[in-house]
Amino acid sequence: MAQFRIERSPAPVWMRFLIPLIAVVITFIITSILIIWAGANPLEAYYYFFIAPLSSRVSLIEILVKSTPLLLTGAAVTFAFSASFWNIGAEGQLIAGAMMAAWLGMVLKGVPPIIGIPIMLVGGFIAGVLWALLPAWLKVKLEVDEVVTTLLLNSVILFLVSFFLNGPWRDPISGWPQSAEIASGTMFFKLIPRSRLHFGFIIAIAVILIEWFVLSRMSFGLRMRAVGMGKEAARFAGINVQRTMLVSALISGGIAGLAGVGEVAGIHYHLIEAISSGLGYNGIIVATLAGLNPLGVIPAALFMGLIDTGAQSVSRALGVPIYLGTVVQATLLLVTLGLFVLQNYRIRRV
Amino acid sequence: MDAIKMQDITKRFGDVLANNQINFNLKPAEIHALLGENGAGKTTLMRILYGLYHSDSGKIFVNEKLAHISSPKDAIQLGIGMVTQHFTLVPTLTVAENLVLGSSGTAILNAKKIQAEIAEASQRFGIPVNPAALIRHLSVGERQRVEILKALYRNARVLILDEPTAVLVPQEVDALFESLERLRKEGLSVIFITHKLNEVMTVCDRISVLRDGCMFGTVEKAATTQTELACLMVGRENFGVTRQAERQPGKSLLKIENLCVLDKKGLPALKEISFDVRAGEILGIAGVSGNGQSELSQILAGMLKPTSGNFLVDEQDLTGAEPAQITAAKVGCILEDRHSAVVSELSVTENVALMHLDQFTKQGVLDRKMMRKEAEKLIAEYQIKASPDDRIRTLSGGNMQKVILARTLSQSPKVVIAAQPTRGLDIGATEYIRSKLLEQRDRGAAVLLISEDLDEIISISDRIAVIYEGSIIGIVPTQTANAAQLGLMMSGSTLKNREVASGTISN
Repeated sequence: MAQFRIERSPAPVWMRFLIPLIAVVITFIITSILIIWAGANPLEAYYYFFIAPLSSRVSLIEILVKSTPLLLTGAAVTFAFSASFWNIGAEGQLIAGAMMAAWLGMVLKGVPPIIGIPIMLVGGFIAGVLWALLPAWLKVKLEVDEVVTTLLLNSVILFLVSFFLNGPWRDPISGWPQSAEIASGTMFFKLIPRSRLHFGFIIAIAVILIEWFVLSRMSFGLRMRAVGMGKEAARFAGINVQRTMLVSALISGGIAGLAGVGEVAGIHYHLIEAISSGLGYNGIIVATLAGLNPLGVIPAALFMGLIDTGAQSVSRALGVPIYLGTVVQATLLLVTLGLFVLQNYRIRRV
Repeated sequence: MDAIKMQDITKRFGDVLANNQINFNLKPAEIHALLGENGAGKTTLMRILYGLYHSDSGKIFVNEKLAHISSPKDAIQLGIGMVTQHFTLVPTLTVAENLVLGSSGTAILNAKKIQAEIAEASQRFGIPVNPAALIRHLSVGERQRVEILKALYRNARVLILDEPTAVLVPQEVDALFESLERLRKEGLSVIFITHKLNEVMTVCDRISVLRDGCMFGTVEKAATTQTELACLMVGRENFGVTRQAERQPGKSLLKIENLCVLDKKGLPALKEISFDVRAGEILGIAGVSGNGQSELSQILAGMLKPTSGNFLVDEQDLTGAEPAQITAAKVGCILEDRHSAVVSELSVTENVALMHLDQFTKQGVLDRKMMRKEAEKLIAEYQIKASPDDRIRTLSGGNMQKVILARTLSQSPKVVIAAQPTRGLDIGATEYIRSKLLEQRDRGAAVLLISEDLDEIISISDRIAVIYEGSIIGIVPTQTANAAQLGLMMSGSTLKNREVASGTISN
C-alpha cells in the first residue's frame, strides 16, 4: 500500500492570487446545502454574490466604499504586527478616531474644508494614538499581554460612545442616540458625484504607500521588521526593542483612528453606536490575507469589500435571510485563511 | 552473568561516527560510570540501549538473552529505565498521576491503591516523595526523584541516569548518591553518565571511558586515579603547539572583575570570576558545557546583566551596558546561539546592515545601494556561499557563522568575544573561522575564545583558563599545559586542582 507523508514546502507566488478563486469554489460546495435549505438556487445565489457586484458601476463603486475603512484598519494591523505588537484593538482605535471626528465636527463650525479636513485627519490620528497608548505602554514597561488589553479596551470605548450618544452628544433635533451632524467644512468631499465614495479612499491608498515605504525603505522599518522576526537578535544588534514596539503600536493606532474619521466625515456625518461593527476585527483578516505586506492590503481589502457587497446583494435579490449571506462570507474567509496555511504543505508519496 | 551486554555497537549520524564498535557490560548491583567529554558518544550509546536510537550494527543482551530494543516501550519491558536531562513529567498532574501515566493497565484509576504503592516504593528505595504533590510545585531535585521513582515503579532493574547532577545543588547531589547506594543494595544496576571525576570516584564501582565515539577501556575504581581517568578522557599526551610565533601581548583591553550572575533557576552560574585579556592575545576559556560559559558570553554581549562585579573594555566600564553601547565601544561579539545573533527571516544584506544601521542611513532612509555593496564586499572577502538577497535561514551553519563573523570583524573591533564559534560546523568552515580569529590577534585585538572544544582552545589560544561550576579553576599558558592537568581542572577534581591552580592562577 502506498504511504503518504506531509511536508512543508512553500508554494510559488502565483498561488497567492489563485487562492481566492479556489476558495470561492470550495465555499460554494460547502454552503450549497444551506442555500438549498433556505429555498434558493445555489447557482443563482452565487451569481448575486460574486458576479452581480462586479457587473454594475454602482456596485463596483460600493465595493470601493466598503473597502475604504478596511484598507486603513488592514494597514494599521499590518504595521503593528510587523513589529510583533499584536494589536487586536484597531476596532477601538477606529472608534476613538470617529469620536474625535464627531467632536471636531461639532466645534469647527464655519471653517473652510481646506482647514477643516486636515484638522479632522490629524485629530483622528491623535485619538487613535492615545487609545493605543495604554496597552502599548503596559506592554513595553510591564510586559502585559497586548492581545488582552487592546481587546478589552474595544468594549470600554463602546460604552464610552454609548454614554456620549445618550448623554451630552445626543442629537438635539432628532433625539436619536447619535451626535449632531458635523460641520460642512469638516465633511470629506466625494470622489464621484452622487456616490458614497469619498476622499477617505485616497487617504487610505496614500497611507498604504507611505507604510510600504517606511517598512521597506527606511531604517525604522528595518528595525521594526527585525524586532518582529527576532527580538533577541534585534536587541543584540543594538536596536531599542521596547521603543520600536511602542512607536509602531502608536502609529498603528493612529492609522486605525483615520479609518474612524473616514466613516464619520465621509459616510455617516454623525457618530452612531454602530459606527464600526467589526471593521477593526476585519482589519486583522485583511492583514492576514495580505501576508503582512502593506501592498497586499489593497487586494485583500478589495476582496473583503466584494464579499461584503455580495452578501447584501444576495439576500436582497433572493429574499433569503441576511444571515445566510453572513454565513457564506464567514465560510469563505475561513476557507481562504485555511488555504493560505495549507499552501505551504505538500503531500508526497513515500 | 551480566545485567546488560552491548556488543560491537556502531552508530552513524551522517558523516559522524558517534559510536564505533563499542563493547560495554554492566553487572548486577553495580553503579557504572560512563565518562567522557561532550560529544564522546555516551548519551548516544545509552539512547540506543533505551530504544530511542537504533544502532547501525551490534547486539544487545539483557540478562544474557539477545534483546531487540526498538522503542523505549521494549526497554521498559526488559526492565531498563532512563532519566534524561530534560524531564518528561506533566507539571499540572500529581506525582502519583505522573507515575502511572501510560503504564496503568486499567481504565479506572484507583487513587488510594496507587498512592499506597508509591509510598511503599518510596520507602523501600529511600526516595522520599509526596504522591499527592503537583509536579509544578516541586524543585528540580524532587522532580528528578520522581523520574527515578517512575522508572522503578515500572520495575526497572537497570537505571540509566544522563548527567543527573548537572541540574542539582550540592545537597541534592548527596541525597541522590545516597539513593543510588540504596538501589545497589536492592540489587539494581545504575549507569551514570557524567564528566565529573569527583562524582565518579564517590559513587561508582567501575568506570568506562569513551572518547570520540570509541570505548577506551573499563576500569575498577579501586585500581585507578583521577589523573589516569583525566588522561583517558582527554586522551592527548602532549599538545603539538605549532602555530604560535611568540609575541609580546600588549596592554590589557578586556578586564573582568569579580563577575557574578544567577542562572534561570536562580542558582549561581558565575562566582566571582576575574581575568583579563591583553591586546594581541587569545585567552581560551575551556570547560565542559554548562559551567557558566553561556552566561559569561551573554554578559559580555550585553544580553544579560550581572548581579555584581564589573567588566571593562580599554578602561571603559561597560557593566550592564546595552548591546548598542558595547558595539560602540568596539567590542565584537560572536554569540553562542547563532539564531539569536541574526534575524533568520531577513536577508544577508539586511542582517549585515542591522548592526551598524546608522552607517547605512541618510535622513532615516536606507541607502540600499551602499548596503548591498557592503554585503557583496563581505561575501567576497569571507568566501560566503550566498547571495545578498538570500534569507539568512536558507544558509548553512557555516555560511551563517561567516556572515556574523564578517559583520563583526569588518568593524575592526578592539575586543573580540567568540563563544562556541565553530560548534556544529564542518572542517573547512572551522579552520577558516579559527584562522580569522588568529588574524584578529595578530592585528592587536584582544580575543576571548569560549569553547567546549578543547582541541580548538589548545590550537589557537595563548593562555587557557578553565571554568568549572562558575569559577575559574586556573589559568595556564598553552605551552606548558598538559592533558592530565587540563582534564583534572575541567572535571573539577577536588584532589588536585588546588595545587594545579595555586601554581598558575597568577598569570
